[in-house]
Amino acid sequence: MNLDSKIPQGPMAEKWSNYKANQKLVNPANKRKLDIIVVGTGLAGASAAASFGEMGFNVKNFTIQDSPRRAHSIAAQGGINAAKNYPNDGDSVHRLFYDTVKGGDYRAREANVHRLAEVSNDIIDQCVAQGVPFAREYGGLLDNRSFGGAQVSRTFYAKGQTGQQLLIGAYQALMRQVNAGTVDLYTRTEIVDIVMVDGKARGVIARDLVTGEFQRHFGHAVVLATGGYGNAFFLSTNAMGSNGSAAIKAYEKGAAFANPCFAQIHPTCIPVHGEFQSKLTLMSESLRNDGRIWVPKKKEDAEAIRAGKLKPTQIAEENRDYYLERRYPAFGNLVPRDVASRAAKERCDAGFGVGTTGLAVYLDFKSAIERLGEDAIRARYGNLFQMYEKIVDDNPYETPMMIYPAIHYTMGGIWVDYELQTTVPGLFAAGEANFSDHGANRLGASALMQGLADGYFVLPYTIQNYLADDISTPRMTGDEKEFVDAESEAKAKFEKLLAIKGNRSVDSIHKELGLVMWDFVGMARNKEGLEKAIERIAEIKKEFWSNVRIPGSGEGMNVELEKASRLADFITTGDLMARDALHREESCGGHFREEFQTEEGEAMRQDDQFAYAACWEYQGADKAPVMHKEDLTFEVVKVAQRNYK
Amino acid sequence: MENNISLTLKVWRQNGPKDKGRFETYKLDKVSTDSSFLEMMDILNEQLVNEGKEPVAFDHDCREGICGMCSLYINGRPHGPDDDVTTCQLHMRKFKDGETITIEPWRSAGFPVIKDLIVNRNAFDTIIAAGGYTSVSTGGVPDANAIPIPKVDADEAMDAASCIGCGACVATCKNGSAMLFVSAKVSHLALLPQGKVEAARRAKNMVAKMDELGFGNCTNTGACEVECPKGVSISNIARLNREFLKAKLAD
Ligand SMILES: Cc1cc2nc3c(=O)[nH]c(=O)nc-3n(C[C@H](O)[C@H](O)[C@H](O)COP(=O)(O)OP(=O)(O)OC[C@H]3O[C@@H](n4cnc5c(N)ncnc54)[C@H](O)[C@@H]3O)c2cc1C
Ligand code: SF4
Ligand code: FES
Repeated sequence: MNLDSKIPQGPMAEKWSNYKANQKLVNPANKRKLDIIVVGTGLAGASAAASFGEMGFNVKNFTIQDSPRRAHSIAAQGGINAAKNYPNDGDSVHRLFYDTVKGGDYRAREANVHRLAEVSNDIIDQCVAQGVPFAREYGGLLDNRSFGGAQVSRTFYAKGQTGQQLLIGAYQALMRQVNAGTVDLYTRTEIVDIVMVDGKARGVIARDLVTGEFQRHFGHAVVLATGGYGNAFFLSTNAMGSNGSAAIKAYEKGAAFANPCFAQIHPTCIPVHGEFQSKLTLMSESLRNDGRIWVPKKKEDAEAIRAGKLKPTQIAEENRDYYLERRYPAFGNLVPRDVASRAAKERCDAGFGVGTTGLAVYLDFKSAIERLGEDAIRARYGNLFQMYEKIVDDNPYETPMMIYPAIHYTMGGIWVDYELQTTVPGLFAAGEANFSDHGANRLGASALMQGLADGYFVLPYTIQNYLADDISTPRMTGDEKEFVDAESEAKAKFEKLLAIKGNRSVDSIHKELGLVMWDFVGMARNKEGLEKAIERIAEIKKEFWSNVRIPGSGEGMNVELEKASRLADFITTGDLMARDALHREESCGGHFREEFQTEEGEAMRQDDQFAYAACWEYQGADKAPVMHKEDLTFEVVKVAQRNYK
Repeated sequence: MENNISLTLKVWRQNGPKDKGRFETYKLDKVSTDSSFLEMMDILNEQLVNEGKEPVAFDHDCREGICGMCSLYINGRPHGPDDDVTTCQLHMRKFKDGETITIEPWRSAGFPVIKDLIVNRNAFDTIIAAGGYTSVSTGGVPDANAIPIPKVDADEAMDAASCIGCGACVATCKNGSAMLFVSAKVSHLALLPQGKVEAARRAKNMVAKMDELGFGNCTNTGACEVECPKGVSISNIARLNREFLKAKLAD
């Protein structure tokens, strides 16, 4: 397996400029002859497809939803980072780069992260030009807020709907290209396989979710921007349709899958409340700017609260344990997500949790309301408070919110080199689908930045370097043997699923997988549990392939069939996550191995052994995958134990 | 407080665009009032699958009121009986034990039914493609702080931009007009200097596309504003009309 990261020559701050100065380009007349397939219309996919279209390429863009604007990116609340340093508080490209590598617990590739920080400012300019209504100050200039893991205010936001506004900006740019005829849009269409011709990705097999028909599409290059795989846990903050299938298809075609065990557990989600629960709702991290996290200091109080005999507002100030402020005085409530999540688990495991289940902590706005007034808090977080109230039926202006960690984001993903190309030539991956920039932990407001960086400012350059050698490759018709074979294989898989005719619904099996993932591959992992998880997942796989029940047929719309085919891939993903977590005998970022912690319960990395990206290579349906390493070297950043105290 | 309720559901079933469609009645017991409306639908579907029947198809994705995908007409109201919420944010505590709930798809000429409760809203994308953007390409744009924008304008633009493209406004309008949706986009962009440049042309092109796609005329009934889950204001329609007039005068 070739894991050449293709990091350009030169000092860190000049690598991207050097790359651009020396890369190959495609002239306008030739761009017209080249087709690019972009799978996904989230921030990464929409921005890439729109930009390719503007440049003159022929683009085919796919989404499983009914409109590009529905992609999961729409749900991002808090904000997007950039190194503008408008507040003059000491920010810079270097600092954003440094914070991101450190926040990722030194498991990301420096050169990629530096480029991300470099283009971050261009993103904000681009979005403003598109009409993204970022929050402004009375002077008319852009406002910033702070997010976890940073001591500067570098986060731009649009109320609590930043992802929505950024995606609508990208969507509109995309629709402008659809109107111009450079982009063909395929909605309610799912990519079910990648077509390989002579060792290169040359197209996809799609399934029309309305008619059930299969389609063959050719592209000189294929970009996957299909988001993360957090829904392997069944319950997560991801949208119901978020899935990791396209990534698994790539993996099965030979693309390395990197660091699958690096998943982020977000500390501030609305706690689970029943068996019927279908998803978990995130309360934006931005709330930690003004909200203070606490549990009762006394166990009796926690018990009384759980029994419904005491209200949080009745607990006196001196009887509250603001445990993040206590443990991490320098960062307080704004420690990175992994640290905040584990601290909540620690308190709840120790018996101080609240809510009926004891699996919740408080996020309290009392001090902020006293300091700033209710109106100021309403202006900042009004829609989040409303969302909370509609779900929980509690008024957070009066009583503290209850929160608990939940699966939120996957740092791991398809391995890509500096050009965002996978180990399969011609196959690129962008946004949450790749593993590139966040190491073992992603800082808040950095996913939006990465998605748009990849789509607007990285791929439009790097893909040309690949396509420049392809200008005389003629378009294929889709009738070539490789396409025909790939289509019949995909069809056979769907027919196999329909033929099982077992006794269990897709969701019931997915929930079972989710529980195994949460119990053994969740916030705290250990060897024994992970070994058990691998065994259990194998059993679930067997159960699925022999006992799933999918009513209806392959013709027309069949939602259960869609879900089943995605669950088959989540099972593969879950297995990969558990294997990766088992092999990584250290704690870093979102990956916490109980065997590797300090006496105070902080994560202990093992840099001498694990300073690498673990890249898994597929070996066949029932064979264990093989792991290869991309060693990480740090030229600029000084590797140290993260310290937020 | 959490309670369990029993329900009778009258659900619209339609096996594809050409099927005539009909109501089917289902009984559901022990639904927690803490569950959301769509979780209640999940419970129904789980029951149907276990009985070997085809589950009810409905659109949804984010389940937190932001993607605009969910779209049910519940007891005669788009997004159901609660105010300022989407269907996915509606909770069962709004219903009574023993209640009969009627669930239909959006019904409008502009949104043909695909299956059961799922409709085709591609027309909204086509309207946006007709001009709902600023004509700038990636790169070569000025610094984000080059043009100061009064906070009130930015905030008002943000309010208009909160439209989630769900289509409740169309579904509730007796004329099947898409004016609230179109005006939200025209306003969002016209309020900002970056979008102002093309404001009149945009209004004209989007309205023309809306008419072409078979949406009805606006007669100012105001029903759309009432049902909009995001509180998009009808005053946007007045702004759209102004921009539209400007374009007509310029012709
Ligand atoms: C609730 C929530 C809040 C968040 N808040 C923030 C925040 O404040 N700041 C921040 O930086 N990040 C935030 N994030 C993370 C961030 O939103 C995501 O990581 C990011 O938007 C992912 O974008 P993407 O373009 O990579 O993928 P997505 O937006 O997930 O898009 C995936 C696309 O791929 C398509 N697709 C998937 N599979 C297929 C297939 N097989 N065939 C065809 N199409 C397919 C989908 O239809 C969709 O269009 C948040 C995430 C959540 C869950
Ligand atoms: S204006 Fe309101 S009702 Fe109409 S599509 Fe937008 S959000 Fe939905
Ligand atoms: S499912 Fe997204 S708005 Fe309801």
